[in-house]
Amino acid sequence: MRMRQAVVAALADEMRADESVMLMGEDVAAAGGPFKTSEGLLDEFGGLRVRDTPISEMAFTGAAVGAACLGLRPVVEIMFMEFLGVALDMVVTEAAKFHYLSGGRITVPMVVRASVGSGGGFGLQHSQTLENWVTATPGLCVVVASDPQTAYGLNRAAIRHDGPVVVLEPRALYPVRGDVVTGDAGIVPIGRARVLRRGADVTVVALGQTVGVALAAVADAGVDAEVIDLATLVPWDRDTVRKSVRRTGRLVVVEEAPESGGWGHEIVSSVTSAVFSDLTAPPFRITSPDVPVPYSPALEARYLPTREYVARQLTSYLRSGTVPAPWWIEEGLAR
Amino acid sequence: MTSTPSSHERRAALGDPVQAYRRMQEIRSFEDRITGLFAQGLVHGTTHTCQGQEALDVGLANALRLDDIVTCTYRGHGIALALGMSPEAVLGEIMGRTSGCIGGVGGSMHLSDLDVGLLPTFAIVGAGLPVAAGAALAFQNRGEDRVAVAVCGDGATNIGAFHEAINMAAVWKLPVVFVVDNNLYGEYSRINLTTPVTDLSRRADAYGIPGESVDGMDLDTVGEALSRHVAAARSGAGPSLLEVRTYRFAGHSRADQATYRPAGELDVWRQRDPLVLRRAALIDAGIASAAELDAVEQSVRAMITDVVEATSAVPEPDARAMFANIMPPLATSTGGVR
Ligand SMILES: Cc1ncc(C[n+]2csc(CCOP(=O)(O)OP(=O)(O)O)c2C)c(N)n1
Ligand SMILES: [Mg+2]
Repeated sequence: MRMRQAVVAALADEMRADESVMLMGEDVAAAGGPFKTSEGLLDEFGGLRVRDTPISEMAFTGAAVGAACLGLRPVVEIMFMEFLGVALDMVVTEAAKFHYLSGGRITVPMVVRASVGSGGGFGLQHSQTLENWVTATPGLCVVVASDPQTAYGLNRAAIRHDGPVVVLEPRALYPVRGDVVTGDAGIVPIGRARVLRRGADVTVVALGQTVGVALAAVADAGVDAEVIDLATLVPWDRDTVRKSVRRTGRLVVVEEAPESGGWGHEIVSSVTSAVFSDLTAPPFRITSPDVPVPYSPALEARYLPTREYVARQLTSYLRSGTVPAPWWIEEGLAR
Repeated sequence: MTSTPSSHERRAALGDPVQAYRRMQEIRSFEDRITGLFAQGLVHGTTHTCQGQEALDVGLANALRLDDIVTCTYRGHGIALALGMSPEAVLGEIMGRTSGCIGGVGGSMHLSDLDVGLLPTFAIVGAGLPVAAGAALAFQNRGEDRVAVAVCGDGATNIGAFHEAINMAAVWKLPVVFVVDNNLYGEYSRINLTTPVTDLSRRADAYGIPGESVDGMDLDTVGEALSRHVAAARSGAGPSLLEVRTYRFAGHSRADQATYRPAGELDVWRQRDPLVLRRAALIDAGIASAAELDAVEQSVRAMITDVVEATSAVPEPDARAMFANIMPPLATSTGGVR
C-alpha cells in the first residue's frame, strides 16, 4: 500500500480497537484529508470521532490536550509542520508538562501528526522538517516515518502511548508504495531504531526521507555500510547505534535539515563521547545547507542530500578516513 | 511592441476606468493561464488562483497610495498585479525563473515588491494581520499619514492571529484596515461548517471598531468602500473591518476541482462575474463600446501569451541563488563588549 494508505490503516485499526481514539484537523473528515491520510474514516467512525476543524490550530491542538486529560486519545493532524508554530505552546509547554505537573496523576495520550519536508515544490514556508522545534522538550516523544511500514507502525505505537507523541510524516513519501505488515505485528515500538542493512565498515544513521537516500547511496557506492533508520528521535535508540559504531568504528548521519542545529549533532556528540576509543575516523554529518528550502525545482532537488552526493561523501570518507567538505564548500557557494 | 510600463505607471493607469477593466482582465487571463501551466507541469508544487476576486484586487490598488502597505495571502497573484507588479515578475516567480520578483526561489505563495507596497505574501493563514498592524504602528510612531491594509480570507477569521491583531490595533488606534475576502470557502470546507456567523463584519463589534460588509463582485462598490475605510484610517480614526463578498471560481489550489461545492452554486455566482458586471457598466455608462472592450480583452490575452513565452525561455536560478539574502551582513565595527 502507499504510505498515505498506511496512515489511514493505522488510524482505522486503532479507532476500531479503542473507541476513545479520535481524529481532528483541517479537512480530515469530509474531504478525507488534504493528503488523503484519513480517507473513509468519517464514514466508518462518524462525525464525533472524525472532526473537521476551523483553521484554528491552537484551539484544536489545545482541545486535544484537554480531551486527552479526560480520557480520550485524540490524534490531531497538522497539515504542514510549519502550522504547528501557532499551536506550539499546547504541545511543548502544556501537553508535555502535564504528567510532571500533576505528580504523575494526569496522562496526556495525544498524537500530533504533521507532514514535513522538502520535495513537493511547496516553497520555503511549507517544506521544512523542523524536528528541532519539538526535540528539546522532555515529556514529548518524537517519531519519524520513513516508509509505509513505519508510517503504520509508528502511528499505532504513538496512539497507544500514554503521553504526547509527535509523529512526523515526510510528505514526499505519501505516494510511495511498500509492503505493510498490519495488526499488532506491524507496530513499530517507540524508542527502537531499525537496522535495515548489516555492514562492517561504517554506520549510516538516517531518518525520514534520508533513509531511502542512504540505502540507495550505499548500494551505488558499493560500500559495506550498516544502515540504521533511527525512526524515533526522542527517546532515540542509543544502544543500537552505539553497538553498531563500536563494530564499524565510523559514523555518518544523513539529515534533511540545515546543518546548524540539526538532530544529527545529538547523535554524533553522544556516540563520539560513548565510543571514542573504538572510532577509526571522525564521525560526521551529511546535511542540507543552512538555507531556506528553495522553490525552483533544480535548487530544491539539492536541498535534500541526493543519492549521488551521499554516495560520493561516503566513498571519500571511507577511502581517506577524513571528513569530506560539503558541496557548498566544494563549489565555493558558502562558508 | 510598446515599451514596458514601470510598476508605478501600471499603478497610476488604474485611475482610468478602461485601464482598470483591462487590469481585471489581465488578472483573469493570467490566472487561467497559470491553471494551464500547472497542468502542464510548468508551475509545480502548489498555486492558488483568484478568478472571481478581480474587483477586490483592482479596487484595493485604486484605494491606496503608492506609499501605503498591503499584506495578503498566498492567493495573491491578483493583488500583486493590481498593485503594479509586472506580469513578468509575477509569472517568473511562479515558474521559478530568474526573472521572478525574488529570482525564483520563492514561488507562487511568496510574491513581494516594496516599491508598490506589497510585503511578502503570507503562506501561513492569519500571519498577515499582525504584520500589517505592525506596519501601521511604524506609521503611527513616525507621524506618517500612511495606511496598512491586511487582506485575509474568511477562513482566517477563525485563527488566533486575526483576533489578537484586531484587538491590539483597536486599542492602539492603528491606521490599518482589515479586509476579509469572503469567498465562502476555506480550502475544501464551506464557511458554514467552520464559522458560526455569516456576516463576518460582525466580528468587528467584539473589538469596538467599525465593521461593514459589501458586494465584492462590483468594482465600484468595493472600490468605494475600500476608499472610505482607508480614508478613515488615514485620518486617525483607527482600524476597521471590511468584509468583501466574493466567490472563488476555481478550486482552492493546484488541481482541486472543488467537487465539494453544492451543485449550481458556481453558476449562480458566475452570473455576477466581476468582469461581466464591469464590462456591462462601462458600456451602459458610455465609457467604452463593446468593440473597444473586445479589443482590450484580445490585447490582454496576447500580452499574457507573450509573457508566458518569454518567461518559459528564462533560465532557472543557479545554486548561488540558494545562498543569497539569507541574512544581512553582520556589523564589522570593532565596537561592542568583548
Ligand atoms: C496556520 C495555517 N493553517 C492552515 C493552513 C493551510 N491552509 C492554506 S489556505 C487555507 C484555507 C484558507 O481559507 P481562507 O482564509 O478562507 O482563504 P482563501 O484560501 O479562501 O483565500 C488553509 C487551511 C495554513 N496555510 N496556515
Ligand atoms: Mg476563503
